[in-house]
Amino acid sequence: MQDLGIRVLFMGNNFSRLLGGLWITVKISLIAVALSMVLGILLGMVMTLKHPVTRFITKVYLEFIRIMPQLVLLFLVYFGLTKSFGIQLSGQTAAVIVFTLWGTAEMGDLVRGALISIPKHQYESGAALELESRQIYRYIIIPQTLRRLIPLAINLTTRMIKTTSLIVLIGVVEVLKTAQQIIEANRYTVPDSALWIYGMIFFLYFIVCWPISRFAARMEKKWEN
Amino acid sequence: MEEKEKLLEVHELYKDYGNGPVLKGISLDVHKGEVVVLVGPSGCGKSTFLRCMNGLEAIQSGEIRLDGNVITDDKTKWSDVRQKIGMVFQSYELFPHMTVMDNILLGPLKVQRKDKRAAEKEAEKLLERVGLLDKRDSFPRQLSGGQKQRVAIVRALIMKPEILLFDEVTAALDPEMVREVLDVMLELAREGSTMVIVTHEMQFARAVADRIVFLDGGEIVEMDAPENFFTRPKTERAQRFLNTFTFN
Repeated sequence: MQDLGIRVLFMGNNFSRLLGGLWITVKISLIAVALSMVLGILLGMVMTLKHPVTRFITKVYLEFIRIMPQLVLLFLVYFGLTKSFGIQLSGQTAAVIVFTLWGTAEMGDLVRGALISIPKHQYESGAALELESRQIYRYIIIPQTLRRLIPLAINLTTRMIKTTSLIVLIGVVEVLKTAQQIIEANRYTVPDSALWIYGMIFFLYFIVCWPISRFAARMEKKWEN
Repeated sequence: MEEKEKLLEVHELYKDYGNGPVLKGISLDVHKGEVVVLVGPSGCGKSTFLRCMNGLEAIQSGEIRLDGNVITDDKTKWSDVRQKIGMVFQSYELFPHMTVMDNILLGPLKVQRKDKRAAEKEAEKLLERVGLLDKRDSFPRQLSGGQKQRVAIVRALIMKPEILLFDEVTAALDPEMVREVLDVMLELAREGSTMVIVTHEMQFARAVADRIVFLDGGEIVEMDAPENFFTRPKTERAQRFLNTFTFN
């Protein structure tokens, strides 16, 4: 009778190892996402300036990050910095840097888009109602910007979480790497464990990302009315 | 008209966006309770003129007085002036993330710091007057263009402005919705509100105006009572302009 691969999940401390790996994934994502949101909002505001220098710099930054595959960026920061400048970063630090660079660029563009999508007459109507410009931002512009922004920002968050699986390739032992280690260790005793372990990985990513996208959907629905 | 007090005095207003003058020294007095309608071809500067009156556009020279006080010098705090000047725009500019009631109450609560209950009562009264009381909890996107404009008028009215500016408020509306908005404005005129109206609806202009001001090329070309203006325009330019509205 064939062995059920699922028991690998619960052999030894495999399950807690997977959760430990998941924590690394979540930790890197959380730090990068948090930094990206803050820096992205600032970047987005800078991007709406009409100054040619800021325009040029932000555009180059955005295009550079967008054109580069995330994996190349990871290699560039992790290996490139060491080779060229002798700066040795841990895999996790390199990952946080790369994902923050990427997230900031994407978030900045989202913020820029949301800000310029608020029509000029919304500012003017506020002004015509005698609101001061601080009040115009507080009651009219920022609420509308947030409504446009939050679904997009959350979408970006889940994308960033999923993309962290690439950091396996710079040697970070996160959830995916842990899974591979478990599969390798049991290759002879439980040959079909891969299906179960990767199935578990699917499930773990799911429980991290699903609540986030549910949250986004709920916010969207709430604001629709 | 002469015995009435002057509410708004515009003297030699000059406006330039940087590529030639848009307003070339316009002077106009608006008296209390008077309805002045600005007409003229597109691009003649009538909307710009209106926007200058409430500080949305900076002017290069000239002077505007409200209640005898100069409001165009550097000391002017526009947010104070706008307490007295209400404005309704061409595009429906309700705040889309707020209900009708919240749109109307934003000014009274945040600017005038009025009591919420009292302001709400006032708002309901005004909404009832424009026939939209049942829409108080609707969002702007659930309203038709005409309804939105009526709410926008209420939002301006609740601030109890001394003078109301209307900038082509029916230009973006479907024809069948124009009437409901114009009726509200006609009623305001009958009640003695002071208004400056920019419009392309000539029939309406004739019905509502105490005085028609014809602008062309950034200057006032003709100024007269509606009867005279529409039946016996004095200038050739006004004649030509009025001819564009008739078919023969």
